[in-house]
Amino acid sequence: MVERAGRALLSRRRRELLLGAVVLALLAALPLGVSGAYLRGLIVLALLYAGLSQAWNILGGYCGQISLGHALYFGIGAYTSALLFTRAGLSPFIGMFAGGLLSGLSAFLVGIPCFRLSGHYYAIATIVIGMMAALLASNWDFINAAQGITIPFHGEAWRNLQFRTAVLPFHYVMLVYAALMWLIAWVIEGSRWGFYWRAVKDDVTAARSLGVSIYPSKLAAAAISGAATGIGGALYAQYVGFIDPESAFDLSLSVLIALPAVVGGIGTLWGPLLGAAVLIPVQQLSVAWFGSAAGGIDLMVYGALIMVLALSRPEGLVSFFHGRARQEAVDHG
Amino acid sequence: MSPALILQVAIGGILMGLLYAVVAAGLTLIFGLMNVVNFAHGALLMAAMYATWLIHRSTGLDPLLQLPLVAALLFGTGVAIYRVLIARTLQIRVNGAMVQIFTTFGLSIFLVGLAQLVFGSDFQSINASFLGGRTLAFGAVVLPLPLVASGVVSLLVFLALFRLSRTEFGRALEATREDFEAVALIGVDRDRIFGIGWGIGAAAVGIAGVLLANFYYISPDVGTNFALIAYVAVALGGFGSILGALIAGLVIGLTEALTALVVDPSLKQIGIFLIYLAVLMFRPRGLFGKL
Repeated sequence: MVERAGRALLSRRRRELLLGAVVLALLAALPLGVSGAYLRGLIVLALLYAGLSQAWNILGGYCGQISLGHALYFGIGAYTSALLFTRAGLSPFIGMFAGGLLSGLSAFLVGIPCFRLSGHYYAIATIVIGMMAALLASNWDFINAAQGITIPFHGEAWRNLQFRTAVLPFHYVMLVYAALMWLIAWVIEGSRWGFYWRAVKDDVTAARSLGVSIYPSKLAAAAISGAATGIGGALYAQYVGFIDPESAFDLSLSVLIALPAVVGGIGTLWGPLLGAAVLIPVQQLSVAWFGSAAGGIDLMVYGALIMVLALSRPEGLVSFFHGRARQEAVDHG
Repeated sequence: MSPALILQVAIGGILMGLLYAVVAAGLTLIFGLMNVVNFAHGALLMAAMYATWLIHRSTGLDPLLQLPLVAALLFGTGVAIYRVLIARTLQIRVNGAMVQIFTTFGLSIFLVGLAQLVFGSDFQSINASFLGGRTLAFGAVVLPLPLVASGVVSLLVFLALFRLSRTEFGRALEATREDFEAVALIGVDRDRIFGIGWGIGAAAVGIAGVLLANFYYISPDVGTNFALIAYVAVALGGFGSILGALIAGLVIGLTEALTALVVDPSLKQIGIFLIYLAVLMFRPRGLFGKL
C-alpha cells in the first residue's frame, strides 16, 4: 500500500518534470511566434516575475511565511550587481552571484528576529523592515541616494549582459531564471526540507511534535528565497539599465513579487508562472493603454483584477487545472 | 537647541501622535473584531481627505464642521466594504488570510487609481479654513492651532471608543469576537455586527482625515505613509487593543518628532522603526497584545 502510494507520488513527480520540459520548450520557441519589441518585452517581464514570485513562493508558499518585504532582497541584489558593474567593471554574472549571496544573508538575518513573530505580526514586520531599507537607500549618498544608478552601456556582449538591439537575449536569460526557480521548487517539493516546510505551514504544533525544528527550517527557507530574489533583482537592473530606491525597494514591488504566486496558486509549482502570465500583461497593457491619457485607470484595472482573482479563486488559477485533473481521475475510475 | 524648542517639538510630536493613534484605532478595532488586517486603511484616509477638500471647495463648509458628515460618509463606506468584499472573504475556507490581505491591497490600489483619475496627481490643500494659519502660544512654545485642535478631537474620539466598549453594542462586539457561532444562537446577527465594526473603524479614519486635511497636503498616495505608521502602531500596541493603539501612537509621534530634531528630518521614520523592532524583540505581540 505504502509502496503503491510511493510509486504514484514518484510518477506524479516525473509527470510534473515532463510537463516542465514541454512548457520550457514552448516558452523557448515563443519568440518565433511573437514579433514586435513591445510584446517581447512584456514576455520578458512576465518571465522575470514568474521567477521572482517562485522565489517568494519558497518562503511564502511552501513554508507559509507571508513576507511583504521581498523588495529588500530584490533591491540588495540589484544594487550589488549594478554597483560592481558600474564602479568595478565586474561582469553581472559575478554581480548576481554576489548580490544573491548578500540578499540570502540579509533574508537570514531578517529572519532571526522576525520568525519569532506569528501571523500578521510577521507580515507587518517584513513591511516595516522593507520600508526602512527603502528610506535608508534614498538617503545613502554612496549608492546615489534617491537619484539612483544608471547603468552605462559597456558594449553588446554576454559578458556584460547588455544587448543594444534586441530583447531576444533577455528572453532566454529570464527564461533560464524562471526555469531554474521552477526546478528549485520541484526539488524542494520532493525533498525532506519541502516536507518539513509544508508541515510547518500546515500545523506548527504537530510539526514540532514530529521532531521538525521549526526555527532553522524557516531560516533556511528565507535564505534560499532571499538569495533567489536577489539574483532576479540583478537581472532586472541589467535589463532595465536603471535602478533607484523607488523601483528597487518599494512596498509596491514587494506586493508585485508576491502577487503572481498568490493569484496563480500559493505553494504550487505552476502558480507563479500562471499568475505572472495573467497579471503582468494586464498591468503593463493597462499602463500602456490608459497610462498617459487618463492616469489612474491603469491602477483601477490592476486593483480590480487582484480583488476579483483573489475572491473568485482563493486556491489560485491552478485550481482550474486541478478541477479537470480530478474529474479525469474520477472518469478513469 | 533651547529647552523651549525641544518642548515645542515634543508637544507637536505628541499631538501628531494622537492623530496617528486615531488612524491606528480604526485598524485595530477591525482587526480585534475579526482578525482581518485592512490594507486599504491608508486609501480610506486619503478618501476622507479628498471628501473634506471637495466639500470645502464646493460649499465652503469649514473642515471642522464637516467632522460628523465625513465620519458618516466613511462609516457608510466601511459598511459597504464589509458587505461587498470582506463578508465574502469570511466564507472562504482555503487561504482565507491570504485572500483578505490581497483583496484589501487590491482595493487600496483601486482607490488610489480612482483618486488619480478624478483629482489628478497634483497636491491639493485647504487654505482658507477657520483654523488654518493660526497659532497658539504658551510663552516661547508656539503651536499651530490646527494641530492642537486635531489633538483635542483625537482625544475625544478615544473617549468615545473607550465608552463604546461599555455599551450594549460594545458587549455585542466583544461577544461576537469571542465566539460568533454562539452569539448567532442568541440572535445576534454576525454580519450586522461586523459591518458596524467596519463602519466605526472607517469612521475613525474619516475623522483623522478631516483633521489632517486642515494642515496637510492631499494627494492620491498621501495615505501610504500614514497607513504604514498605523501598522507599526497596531503591531507595537498589540493587535486588537485600543489602549495599545493610543500608547503606541503617542510613542511614535514623540519619537518621530525628536528623531527629526536630533538626527535629520528625512530620517524621522527610522527612529520609529527602530523602537518598533526593539519592542518586538521583547514583546512579540506588542505592548498590550492578547492574541
